[in-house]
Amino acid sequence: MADKPKLAIWKFSSCDGCQLTLLDCEDELLSVVGAVDVAYFVEASRETKPGPYDVSLVEGSITTPHEAELIQQVRKDSKFLVSIGACATGGGIQALKNYADVSDYINTVYATPEYISTLDKATPISDHVQVDFELRGCPIDKGQLLEVVNALLYNRRPNIPTHSVCIECKRRFTPCVMVRGIPCLGPVTQAGCGAICPAHERGCYGCFGPMETPNAASLGQWLLDKGMISEGDLVRLFRTFNSDAPAFRDASIHFEKEVQRDG
Amino acid sequence: MADHHGAYCIDRPDFGSLFSALKKRGYSLVGPTVQDGAIVFDEIEAVDDLPEGWTDEQDAGTYRIRKRDDKALFGFNSGPHSWKKFLYPSETKLWSARRTEDGFEIEEGEKTIPQYAFIGVHPCDLRAIEIQDKIFMAPDTADPRYGRKREAAFVIALNCGQASKTCFCTSMGTGPRAESGFDIALTEIMGEGYHYFLAESGSERGHDVLRESGCRSAADIDFESAAKVSRQAVDGQIRAIDTNGIKEMLYRNYENKHWEDVAERCMSCANCTLVCPTCFCSKTEDEMSLDGEIADRWRYWDSCFTLDFSYIHGGTIRQTIRSRYRQWMTHKLAAWYDQFGSSGCVGCGRCIAWCPVGIDITAEVKALRESEGGKKNG
Repeated sequence: MADKPKLAIWKFSSCDGCQLTLLDCEDELLSVVGAVDVAYFVEASRETKPGPYDVSLVEGSITTPHEAELIQQVRKDSKFLVSIGACATGGGIQALKNYADVSDYINTVYATPEYISTLDKATPISDHVQVDFELRGCPIDKGQLLEVVNALLYNRRPNIPTHSVCIECKRRFTPCVMVRGIPCLGPVTQAGCGAICPAHERGCYGCFGPMETPNAASLGQWLLDKGMISEGDLVRLFRTFNSDAPAFRDASIHFEKEVQRDG
Repeated sequence: MADHHGAYCIDRPDFGSLFSALKKRGYSLVGPTVQDGAIVFDEIEAVDDLPEGWTDEQDAGTYRIRKRDDKALFGFNSGPHSWKKFLYPSETKLWSARRTEDGFEIEEGEKTIPQYAFIGVHPCDLRAIEIQDKIFMAPDTADPRYGRKREAAFVIALNCGQASKTCFCTSMGTGPRAESGFDIALTEIMGEGYHYFLAESGSERGHDVLRESGCRSAADIDFESAAKVSRQAVDGQIRAIDTNGIKEMLYRNYENKHWEDVAERCMSCANCTLVCPTCFCSKTEDEMSLDGEIADRWRYWDSCFTLDFSYIHGGTIRQTIRSRYRQWMTHKLAAWYDQFGSSGCVGCGRCIAWCPVGIDITAEVKALRESEGGKKNG
């Protein structure tokens, strides 16, 4: 391989968990550092190199006016932009504010609200700039991150499935928890985690966001019809880490209307 | 008295002798066991690992296990797993390639072939294995991994004595009694003061094992009791598919509006295909080391419900859930006849129970037929 590709890691509104996944690579970390030039990664090194960058990994959602400007610059400086994690791809937990009046929150929470400069909504990176690839999860999966880096190095399509979590459950032979009475977002959530929660008798809570062609309305209606969940909890089920991902947002609004209709 | 050559009766306390005879011959025992709130198939060691006194309650989108009033060893129906878990594993390393100075070296992914004894194969599943044999052991498209495991496997069938709400084997002509394709077929017979197995051999090696573990030769009365057991499984079935002219019926209903109705409920999650004992689709993926020195080729279970499945140059053919559900059902119940000479459905009911939103293949067939207004029968 010729020159090592220049890699930059950017943080927007987020908890840092996704970029930490890179440091968590442990055994593979040295191979990664050997294969790419980590040019901008302030979580790991104070030494930063100016752009342009071959690959930018972007963590976090756009939540402040400053971030909305910065992401434009990051896009200009990046040949290939990968948004990583639920905040960057689905708004993150902070996108819950999209369903509320932000000024109410600011006045309630902060002693001096005038210091707070924030947007009305927290939104995914793809709402602002062209994103070349999305890596889902809260946090992202280490194996998937390495697969994307690997695919970029060898100029091939990454093997990142966009189908349901169910396929991962089936491949590890976990008997479906939903069929055994536990509400689960697996049938509408994108795979990638390895179906961890159902393997521990928990329903999937959708941290990888909506799968390809999700049918969240069908899942929600079944849960209601079977008395497996209350309407209020169903709305909350779709409003967690990916509450601004369109399929989950639409489903939560749809079932919220049902709650209101039922009074 | 009729000739019951090769048929024996094994009393419940002696049932373990069957396990010992198989172990002595080097088999790894695989059978039903209680795990994760379900009766699954896994490697087992002894009779104690079987789901003694357990049963399942199933319906569309529902599965629960509960204790029975008796101590039946096989008092349950299909669970979440099928035998393809062992013959056609969900994840298989096909081979590994390592870069060398002048090219690369290939290493087989599978080094040892397990020699399984399948214990308690329901007749519907037996038929499913036969169907997969046609797929994976066809002369020009054979998968040697499947073939080697299949040929080595010792099969103990279990004639059903009950039906769950999701069973419909009688309508598919696959059960509830095994007719062939086993080394030994068991029928569990129990009542006041007795509990034994009628064990019929279906092969020479099956006969050998029985001679070693059988307690007494079977008599007419044992066969009569076994017939009663089977009758319970027939009488207990509440679901059915009318297979009369089903291929033509589905072929002429490509554009039926009913597919839209299913698509509103179907989540294209793929559960039905992965629990189906005959679905055989897979995809291959290459996994590389970061330094580019090693590449592993893996085969994974795949499903016609994913977008990637029908992706060819230019895009995905089956974009809509409607087209994907139609593809699955039409292949399973119609195109399968053209491709493999039989239906692809064995009536095990897994796709009904394990659909998270309870889509019922028998109800969908009925709805399609009814939409034709009974004008065209067959």
